[in-house]
Amino acid sequence: MSPALVPAPQSPAPVRDAAPVVSLHGISAGFDGPPVLQDISFSVAPAETRILLGPAGVGKSTLLKLIIGLLRPLEGSVRLFGEDISNLPEERLFPLRARAGMVFQEGALFDSLTVRDNVAYQLIQERAPDEEIDSRVHEALRFVGLEETFSLYPASLSGGMRRRVAIARALIHHPELILYDSPTGGLDPVTSTTIIELIVKQRDVHATPALLVTHRLQDAFTLCTHRFDAEQNQMVPLPEGQINHNTTFLMLEEGRLILDGSLHELLHTDNKAVREFLE
Amino acid sequence: MAIIAIDRTAKNIVLSVQEYSLFAWRSLLNIFHPPIYWTDFLMQSDVIGVGSLPIVILSGFFTGGVLALQSAATLSEFGATAVTGQFVGLTMIRELGPVLTGIMVAGRNASSMASELGSMIVTEQIDAMRALGVDPLRKLVTPRIYSSIVMLLLLTIVADAFGILGGAAVTVLISHQNGTQYLNSAYEHLRYSDIIQGLVKPLFFGYLLGSIGCFYGMRTTGGTEGVGRSTISAVVTSSVLIIAVDFLITHVLLSVFPT
Repeated sequence: MSPALVPAPQSPAPVRDAAPVVSLHGISAGFDGPPVLQDISFSVAPAETRILLGPAGVGKSTLLKLIIGLLRPLEGSVRLFGEDISNLPEERLFPLRARAGMVFQEGALFDSLTVRDNVAYQLIQERAPDEEIDSRVHEALRFVGLEETFSLYPASLSGGMRRRVAIARALIHHPELILYDSPTGGLDPVTSTTIIELIVKQRDVHATPALLVTHRLQDAFTLCTHRFDAEQNQMVPLPEGQINHNTTFLMLEEGRLILDGSLHELLHTDNKAVREFLE
Repeated sequence: MAIIAIDRTAKNIVLSVQEYSLFAWRSLLNIFHPPIYWTDFLMQSDVIGVGSLPIVILSGFFTGGVLALQSAATLSEFGATAVTGQFVGLTMIRELGPVLTGIMVAGRNASSMASELGSMIVTEQIDAMRALGVDPLRKLVTPRIYSSIVMLLLLTIVADAFGILGGAAVTVLISHQNGTQYLNSAYEHLRYSDIIQGLVKPLFFGYLLGSIGCFYGMRTTGGTEGVGRSTISAVVTSSVLIIAVDFLITHVLLSVFPT
């Protein structure tokens, strides 16, 4: 590793030797036309945060949906929590999906339900007692700093607040994996930083493995160069030259994976497409 | 080129029919395995049943009235105005009650189902539901289909009753005939086979409008414009199919219960 980028002592040790939470082997996917994704292979280790970079329309969201079986691959296999889900019937996918959390691009909140019912959706389906639901919803909303929105409907929230409610909904069930689909897309810089702070908080406080899709480099670098300080209850920068070494990068270009490595590898690759993207 | 286009269209039609059949069949069978969303069933019953009540009452009442008006003019030529009640009663119960109610409810609810589910598709709410481990077919589609079946049956009975009342109103107030004679005629010529015919049809029509509304909603593509297309397709297809299936059911039922 470059002397300029050393692992931060606060970040947990790499866990890449453990069984991956998600692994993809030779995945190709598409719709009616030519394949959107071709020969994609990578894995997400426990406690690892992977940042999936790439220009718009390159298949990043499709890849996320493949990981939890919302879409089926044309070729290859997807293993989620150790189980091959490529050809698993839909009804057997539901329990596996319930163990993961996904934050959709625009939040995808149920607009006919209140924030409370959105965040508690899984708990309501499991017929949890109302007292437990209310207390866990308050806890999840407190985590994203939106306790006051408990009784509101999504229509009365701003774009950034909807994303934060979507994060609360994804986290309430203590997921074993979180997928973030462009959580800061279309948001102003201040709101984007708030969202990234939440992602850093979840990473550093709960060590939940995550895959984050973004085309905003500044968000990716913030994730690598910051940590969550529980005492100050806010995100703080790591000392100069230190990075979170459990946060690594993937990059897609024209449906193919062109980079799978650390921040150092991202910054020092000779790949022309990556260099152009970075510039 | 023309042959390729025909071939592609034919394949698309066959594929759509296959997809619809599987969709409708699975949605129907979901009621036999948990989880069953009874709350959603009750909520949809309220939306479909109670919500459609005013239009069903009005359309039933005026249809009965028109039948009485039209038949009175013709029957008077044969001196048979006394059978106006029989004519209106049988026509409403056996045919117009179920079909008109089916079409009215399809116009109101198949469109609502298609647009509601279509909007949920384009805003990724259906994907979010699947990602949260909930089956949208069980949660959204099955309750809507069963509510449509049950509510259309009840709404048809309401439409029949108000159709006969509408006929009675016209007979008494406009044609100046005896109301008791009208109601007696309507009642005395009614047989169980007529009632069975009238109550079997809404079961099929409810299933059709519920499953078609949900099917078009769940296969929406192309953003908000796609939602509009799904809504139109749902109303047109369910209305046409209600009339076509009515012909088939009537044909079968007439062979079972010959007049």
